[in-house]
Amino acid sequence: MNRLLDVENLTLQFDTDEGRITAVDNVSFTLGAGEVMGLVGESGSGKSVTAKSLMKLNPDNAIYGDETKIILHLDGGPVDIMSLHTSSDLKVIRGGAISMIFQEPMASFAPAITIGNQMVEQLQIHTDMTAKKAQELSIEMLARVGISDASTRFKQFAFELSGGMRQRAMIAMALSTKPKLLIADEPTTALDVTIQAQVIDLMKDLVSEFGMGIIFITHDLGVIAQTADSVAVMYLGRLVEQGPVREVIRTPAHPYTKGLIAALPQLDDLDVPLTPIPGDIPSPLERPPGCVFNTRCAVAIEGLCTREIPLFTQVAQKHQVACHLYSEGDDK
Amino acid sequence: MSEKPLISVRDLSVHFGLRGGGFGKKPVVRAVDSVDLDIEAGSFFGLVGESGSGKTTLGRALLRAVPITRGAVTYDDGEVRYDLTTIQKAELKDYRTRAQLIFQDPYAALSPRMTVRDIIAEPLEVMGLTRTREETDVRVRKIAEKCRLNLEHLRRFPHAFSGGQRQRISIARALVSKPRFIVADESVAALDVSIQADVLNLLKSIQQEMGLTFLFISHDLSVVAHICDHVAVMYLGRLVETAPTRQLFAAPKHPYTKALLSAIPSLDPDDRGKTQKLEGEIPSPTNPPPGCKFQTRCPVAIDICRKQEPKLDHAGNNHNIACHRWQELLETDTK
Repeated sequence: MNRLLDVENLTLQFDTDEGRITAVDNVSFTLGAGEVMGLVGESGSGKSVTAKSLMKLNPDNAIYGDETKIILHLDGGPVDIMSLHTSSDLKVIRGGAISMIFQEPMASFAPAITIGNQMVEQLQIHTDMTAKKAQELSIEMLARVGISDASTRFKQFAFELSGGMRQRAMIAMALSTKPKLLIADEPTTALDVTIQAQVIDLMKDLVSEFGMGIIFITHDLGVIAQTADSVAVMYLGRLVEQGPVREVIRTPAHPYTKGLIAALPQLDDLDVPLTPIPGDIPSPLERPPGCVFNTRCAVAIEGLCTREIPLFTQVAQKHQVACHLYSEGDDK
Repeated sequence: MSEKPLISVRDLSVHFGLRGGGFGKKPVVRAVDSVDLDIEAGSFFGLVGESGSGKTTLGRALLRAVPITRGAVTYDDGEVRYDLTTIQKAELKDYRTRAQLIFQDPYAALSPRMTVRDIIAEPLEVMGLTRTREETDVRVRKIAEKCRLNLEHLRRFPHAFSGGQRQRISIARALVSKPRFIVADESVAALDVSIQADVLNLLKSIQQEMGLTFLFISHDLSVVAHICDHVAVMYLGRLVETAPTRQLFAAPKHPYTKALLSAIPSLDPDDRGKTQKLEGEIPSPTNPPPGCKFQTRCPVAIDICRKQEPKLDHAGNNHNIACHRWQELLETDTK
């Protein structure tokens, strides 16, 4: 598999009125072309901010760590994303090599421009297509993501579409420029299961067709299990576990990953009570010292987990976990 | 059903007229069409369906929050009996204290300018259920405690709370008037799984403790499977299948229910490609197909399905199915 993306030591802080908060803390991962990586975590875990960093879409008060390195490997050679500053530099990646599907489709479409015009506009910015060709492709893409009567929808405004339809239109728009890397931030969360299944299929087709890499951000481990090749679990700005999807879902190592799976209502056994993870994710202003999960962890070791940041330990091939329970070399 | 239903729905239709349409008839959205439904007192009744299936409209019709086009909805809690289609203003005011709604979005449902105490107290004040501020405070504190909110929380504003906490505030607000019937419309859809489990457990324990009847509207079948005792599946304004939860999930009979269950992403990575795919999407309710509403997407539709609308068949054990072929399919399934 060809390398597509290398992220090393991504650290991101925001200056706010209440002080400097750490949103992403020393996150590293790689993604191959044609690979689907699931990024899982609760709201506030920093998964969206991590994804937005890849396109430098974070607001002006964002401060990237000095050691942050983000390299995107394109056909024309590697692109150092941290070195891109002006909006014309960033045009190469934003909507070009990297497309993003956002969580809130209503907020992502301009309300006073038709869906069609927005799709055509971005195609004309990033490709040399004629308006007519761009229109044809847009309508084709709309039909492909399961929008009936695509040519009518093409002429409509975002408010005229249902929530699910809007999300599908956005997926169509993001995929129409055939990006190398697609960042999908909770793309199917607003969709019905039958449509979600179709969209997941569509995304898989496009991966195999264009060899595009996908970072699939979701809180739904079921969606991850059905789409991703690898999975990274994030909590309060840090990666706590990463590895191949089978490994991580079947034999989760980190107490947080275990907790997430236990909280998930599953259909095979309706008698299993739902077990929430106690407490809430702490505010980024009050990041706990040591392991970030220690305030909610049932097996935290007093004096260790509250003080020392756990490093990544290999528990199986390519399967890593950042937890003190595993750090003494005992392989469980 | 063994007990008397708290809510009884007969041939209920809710149609919305649309503007425009030029010459001829104005388009009509048949959001809910000829629905029959009984919700037993004390049950946790699940209503599932895709967006556009009319589940929210049905929920609102039961709260008399949308005009009812045809049919009857009766509410009977033993103390009072209201026919919601003919209900008068004074009775409706009383009904509002007995039936409440919990919204989906805990971020949009709470006013950012009011303290949590005021948010929870508002229904009491608007409905005139308490006479003094002290009385209101007592009621607010009591319900807040049930929803695991402390005194400190009551003084704060909603922005200071996480999604799960905000949803607990919404729940407290809905419960403060001591309702009997709660419509929870996608009430955990906006929450993280780790928190969602917590809110679901809370809803369930409150329901048992206070003897409430819930209509739990959701698109998430796994959640419904875990929390509801009875489920109705809706498609394009119609009920296609209703059954006790375990029965429905163990042996779904309507092709739509089967497809829905199969579309839930499994946690087993080796189940990939095993889902039964439904083509297309739900048709527009302004222009529903003739015959069975599901025939345009149904993998087993035949001629009769395209011509004649199936009636809700009683299959015994409280299991009802609206499909021309369900019995026939039962035989092929067991083969």
